[in-house]
Amino acid sequence: MPKKEDSLKEFIAEAEEIIEGLNQNLLAMEATEDKTAVRPDILNAIFRAAHTLKGMSGMVSLKKISEISHRLEDMLDSLRMGKLSLSQPVMDTLFKGMDLLRGLIESVNAGKGEEADIAPMLQQIQQVVTGGPESSSSPESGEIDLDLLKVLTEYETHRLNENIRLKLNLFEITVRFALETFDKDLAKLNGKLQSSGEIITTLPSPGMSAEAGIVFKLIIGTKSDLKTLQSQFPQDGLEIRPVDLKREGERTDETNPTVSTDEDKGSGSIRSITPTVRVDIGKLDSLLNVAGELVLTKAVIGQISKEMLQNQGFTTTGIELQKAYQALDRRVGELQEGLVEIRMIPIGQVFDRLVRVVRKLSRDLGKEVDLQISGEETKLDKSMIEEIADPLMHLIRNSLDHGIELKSDRLKAGKPEVGIISLRAVQKGNNVVIEVEDDGMGIDLAKVYQKGLERGLLDKNKEYDQRELINVLFTPGFSTAEEVTEVSGRGVGLDVVAKNISKLSGLVDVETEMGKGTKFSITLPITLVIIKALVVRVGTEVYAIPLNSVSESLMIQSTDVRTVERREVTRLRDHTLALQRIRDVFGLSPSESREDRLYVIVVGLAEKRIGLVVDAIEGQQEIVIKSLGEFLRETPGIAGATELGNRKTILVLDVAALIEEAIRTQAVDKKSDKATKRKTGQPVNL
Amino acid sequence: MPKKVLVVEDSAAMRSLISSTVEELVGYETVEAGNGFEALKALPAHRFDLIITDINMPDINGLEIVNFVKNNSAYRNIPMIIVTTEQGAEDRKKGLALGATEYITKPFDPERLKTIVKKITHG
Repeated sequence: MPKKEDSLKEFIAEAEEIIEGLNQNLLAMEATEDKTAVRPDILNAIFRAAHTLKGMSGMVSLKKISEISHRLEDMLDSLRMGKLSLSQPVMDTLFKGMDLLRGLIESVNAGKGEEADIAPMLQQIQQVVTGGPESSSSPESGEIDLDLLKVLTEYETHRLNENIRLKLNLFEITVRFALETFDKDLAKLNGKLQSSGEIITTLPSPGMSAEAGIVFKLIIGTKSDLKTLQSQFPQDGLEIRPVDLKREGERTDETNPTVSTDEDKGSGSIRSITPTVRVDIGKLDSLLNVAGELVLTKAVIGQISKEMLQNQGFTTTGIELQKAYQALDRRVGELQEGLVEIRMIPIGQVFDRLVRVVRKLSRDLGKEVDLQISGEETKLDKSMIEEIADPLMHLIRNSLDHGIELKSDRLKAGKPEVGIISLRAVQKGNNVVIEVEDDGMGIDLAKVYQKGLERGLLDKNKEYDQRELINVLFTPGFSTAEEVTEVSGRGVGLDVVAKNISKLSGLVDVETEMGKGTKFSITLPITLVIIKALVVRVGTEVYAIPLNSVSESLMIQSTDVRTVERREVTRLRDHTLALQRIRDVFGLSPSESREDRLYVIVVGLAEKRIGLVVDAIEGQQEIVIKSLGEFLRETPGIAGATELGNRKTILVLDVAALIEEAIRTQAVDKKSDKATKRKTGQPVNL
Repeated sequence: MPKKVLVVEDSAAMRSLISSTVEELVGYETVEAGNGFEALKALPAHRFDLIITDINMPDINGLEIVNFVKNNSAYRNIPMIIVTTEQGAEDRKKGLALGATEYITKPFDPERLKTIVKKITHG
């Protein structure tokens, strides 16, 4: 069994959510005047809530919660199967049962155990179930002869029969969706169908392929006739036909006597345990988009205000506009911050998952490891959290598999038997730094060099420093299939980790010492939605460079540029920095102005750094990246477009791609160099 | 190669409990799906040695997943365990008739689940 506290924690978190949902559904049911018209999906959702609570509480030995939810589940099953009708005493029992469950969960959460007497509740349920009026539902007719029946659950079969009994029209809707989007497409269609009737089941057809997509059959019971339905869903690829079956069962009189008795309904607390609202992330995205548009509009107004003051002097209107602009600037800033804040969730959610992986892996590998976690409260954008989980998992597996030594080796090396892997998160300004550090054997750079040569990734005529050798680890093709181990090698190398982190505009740094251990540091921007950018100019073209990938900018003299192996480089402190002229990348016409002064923007992603050469730096600005249309989407080196305050649209550089491009051309150069026995200069000592 | 197990269950806590129970076995890893859609997406992306699926799920139920897998030439041979309740005898019968190999009932005994998983994937 997994650790009991963990299961209990997970149970409480989910139970709170279930109770929230249960409360809403009970209220919806309560609000339905005619209880025979309660939507079956609502009733079923209430049943499922009790069902899940029962299953889980049984697993974590919460006897009272399990007992109550079990009895409620039985009662709800009778309700949804039409064996019991929804009278007022039943409603009251449901509300009371929910309150009791909520109280029990609260007391367990507070560490007080299951503090409540459940006997009266059990008795009440018993009374309602045995004393309640029988529903008028007809016995299940076994008359439908459909292949379909074999995949319907008991409940779905009952719903099908109910629809037949109520003489509703049954239709089979066949629809084909693409494999990538079928879940969203289907959800959309279901949403629309639900307003016309009850979806009894959704059946995926076994044929499924990337080319043909996937076909679903939906069975719907509705009052509408075929024509109406067809006119409501005119889209292509949607086929509607009536379900062919014998209509059995007579319409029965379905007045359900409802008797109101109990007064204590509603007297119990209906406040929620956690004062939170669950929101679809898509809604937040669209709000953030609106905020993004506001930022752009704000910049336009700022620009107008500035021009007005410049052109017309300090007129009253000009000054008023300036003031209004400043107020707007502040408020838009607050709005943006507030929205971004809502999307933030603690990284602890990912860490928790990693704890499980480490526990399991260390057992499988026969290594003992103490995973030390800190900074789990550090917050990151929800979408980043999802994306960072896999790379982190990979680094941890890597540390465990390749970093931490076997116990015997550790003792020999004079280290404590138990290895340590630290997982830390800390916020630094607008970035979050996540570190995975182990006290294992470190990376053997001599081996890396050797393997780099074998794989043709390094040149034996050159000397490499530590940083360059570490870079090789992140190169595609460094780790190969033959050394895939069960643990860290799933055919995924560090190159994929680096690529995934670049996608998030992040950076990876590695520090390693033989015998002492290795530390991977990932620096990520807190959010990707609205970013700060450096606006640069090349000739008459203006570009934006995301600021979080810029490490510094320099101004150098053209005499500082040397050519090594046909590549322009310059000296940056003790290192050589490869240069890439933006002018050349996009094939712009050569500049007519004198070029004795160059601006170099040092960009670095995932251990690789290059200098982008531009003509001028125009300033810093907040931008909202918009994706380009179909036409320009595949343009290499361009990440998207943005608007500046002067209503001009400019392109945003894709730094990761530019670096890739620089490295690729370097590799190509190297190959052709070999072929032609290069003569340029002596090996460079970097 | 580790054995890969797909766990389809809409309750996150139950799903995680099933997964971690399976992962206690050396050489097993799990992929989790919170509903039938996620399960359908996961199928072509991995090579599974076993599928464990809940029956009572909204939209696509577990029987439909069994039916889907057992009628698809690419996945037909993957053994399946269905997760049912004591009351769900009817559904259990249907699941086994559709081709599921075994069943467990909720709340389940982790040791029994482990035994079944081992038996099915090795035998």
